Amino acid sequence: MSTVAERAERAVKPATMAQALTRAMRDAMAEDPTVHVMGEDVGTLGGVFRITDGLAKEFGEDRVTDTPLAEAGILGTAVGMAMYGLRPVVEMQFDAFAYPAFEQLISHVAKMRNRTRGAMPLPITIRIPYGGGIGGVEHHCDSSEAYYVATPGLTVVTPATVEDAYGLLRASIASDDPVVFLEPKRLYWSKADWSPQSPAAVPGIGKALVRRTGTSATLITYGPSLPLCLEAAEAAREEGWDLEVVDLRSLVPFDEETVVASVRRTGRAVVVHEAGGFGGPGAEIAARVTERCFHHLEAPVLRVTGFDIPYPPPMLEKHHLPGVDRILDAVARLQWEN
Amino acid sequence: MTVQELPGAGASHRVTPPPAWRPRTEAAPLLPDPEPYRVLGTEAADRLDPELMRRYYAELVRGRRYNAQATALTRQGRLAVYPSTVGQEAAEIAAALVLEEQDWLFPSYRDTLAAVARGLDPVQALTLLRGDWHTGYDPREHRIAPLSTPLATQLPHAVGLAHAARLRGDEVVALAMVGDGGTSEGDFHEALNFAAVWKAPVVFLVQNNGFAISVPLAKQTAAPTLAHKAVGYGMPGRLVDGNDVAAMHEVLTEAVQRARSGGGPTLIEAVTYRMEAHTNADDATRYRSDAEVEAWKAHDPVLLLERELTARGILDDAGIREARDAAEAMAATLRERMNADPVLNPMDLFAHVYAEQTGALREQAELLRAELEAEGEA
Repeated sequence: MSTVAERAERAVKPATMAQALTRAMRDAMAEDPTVHVMGEDVGTLGGVFRITDGLAKEFGEDRVTDTPLAEAGILGTAVGMAMYGLRPVVEMQFDAFAYPAFEQLISHVAKMRNRTRGAMPLPITIRIPYGGGIGGVEHHCDSSEAYYVATPGLTVVTPATVEDAYGLLRASIASDDPVVFLEPKRLYWSKADWSPQSPAAVPGIGKALVRRTGTSATLITYGPSLPLCLEAAEAAREEGWDLEVVDLRSLVPFDEETVVASVRRTGRAVVVHEAGGFGGPGAEIAARVTERCFHHLEAPVLRVTGFDIPYPPPMLEKHHLPGVDRILDAVARLQWEN
Repeated sequence: MTVQELPGAGASHRVTPPPAWRPRTEAAPLLPDPEPYRVLGTEAADRLDPELMRRYYAELVRGRRYNAQATALTRQGRLAVYPSTVGQEAAEIAAALVLEEQDWLFPSYRDTLAAVARGLDPVQALTLLRGDWHTGYDPREHRIAPLSTPLATQLPHAVGLAHAARLRGDEVVALAMVGDGGTSEGDFHEALNFAAVWKAPVVFLVQNNGFAISVPLAKQTAAPTLAHKAVGYGMPGRLVDGNDVAAMHEVLTEAVQRARSGGGPTLIEAVTYRMEAHTNADDATRYRSDAEVEAWKAHDPVLLLERELTARGILDDAGIREARDAAEAMAATLRERMNADPVLNPMDLFAHVYAEQTGALREQAELLRAELEAEGEA
């Protein structure tokens, strides 16, 4: 018999992505004493987005540490902590604030397993709130995933739903490899009916999901652009298009099979992301889809991405970010005629 | 406008006193003595421990021979590169010998000798420089972090590891080594700051060997000494003669004990000199004079110790011969082992990127396997 409290705990309630992320860290810390949370403002304040809210109170300063304000130092000391057997979960406050830590990330975090022939893996989770759409001023809205996916040794994941926020963060913390965990900050306050005790089965890192089945074309996307693609798919019905939407969830490893299977079914594909198009993840995905699906394709693989510009000021960001209309225009261009 | 004319500058305007503020730590006890600490050739040498000094002498002679052998191996093409520590053996060896078994050493790319003095197999220590793998040993087994090629980036690792050990209640000290050039890097600053704030049991050992490749210390920093930098972080700074192995031993031991007993980090600057070029790829005659090098020869770490110990009757000709014979034997074994070609498996390229290989890597591994098979058949 379960107690009232346990039943209440299991009850499905509306929860935000932010709450699911907090809960993932809380549960991981409760289960495994080697999990430590560290970063600027993560303790007393609970993080500027409150994602670490309450953790310091529950687990103490030794496990939820307000560090000096220095990203290379935060990640560099996390390397040493992981070398000694801890599992640090590091918060980089905003996407562009992670850049000072790039040398640690690229020269040490990504390579330590390789340098030591597997003797010293580094189980570090690096949480980075990323992307725009929240009216942030410059250096607060970058989509830097292309840097991370171009670095061998890093795993790169990004949730788009409340469920995945929990499941993927748990999987990232449990991973023996370093994971760059990109949090779409514009989805922090998105809600879903969810209970941490009964999350829908979350396949491990490296599995894409078909979020909407369709027959006319596939929208391939991830993170902040997923809700947009689902919205575009609904709107496209009026035009007679039945769109399939694939949520990658993990950029490295890349679930090529799910993507290829979808495009082979539909014969047409558009990749959608906020990051710039030139050298962005969409370029890689389009190339792979073309290599694997050439004879199934009815049209070239198209991309709808942010422009190749430094992230614009907040009053102009709506022109930069992919929107439903831009996606629908691309879908219309798929009516390719030789 | 003069100061008197500035609004509010006159004493009569100061109605309320400024808010109470005191520095958190008094600077004076943290300041290094501007004269490098010395033992050899001073009265302090009266208290030398003969047995310890004989051991140091043997290690210094062995270290000098190791440097010569490794340099010779670069000329024979057996090593891709070797950054020599001739002239710096005292600092290298003392750094290794003051640590206990559970402690960790965080060496830079130049500190192969410290790793060997800590007991690492010389061939494993040279794997990086030979070019068959980046790190030739299991860091956990030897408690020696991988030799770090990026400058100063291993210092925050030392801080994190020492901090983690303390959180777990283990009496572990991390000793991190860096050169004078490395002190200009941002990671040096961040590591010292974190260590001081966290009171992490870390010892930072800067070997000031005069040059960062070709750039002299005067162009590297305007600080009075590198040890002075400690004050800004709130940790003690110590300046020591890096060629005086007895002084190195004392200062390092004191810092290690301070760290172990919860006293926090120390910054030590060992003043020494790199007698050889940066590596075999460097031409040191372009940036320094023969006279300068000659002057440092008179202050050679092996010579300094040998002179002191023989004058005190701690070391005799037989002892010197014994140390040299042991060093020759080490060199002969090293030469022989390094002359054997390492057996490499190209498929290892894909073995240690991720815990579980990604699909893309599996494909690329298959490509390489096919190429190797085709080569085998040709």
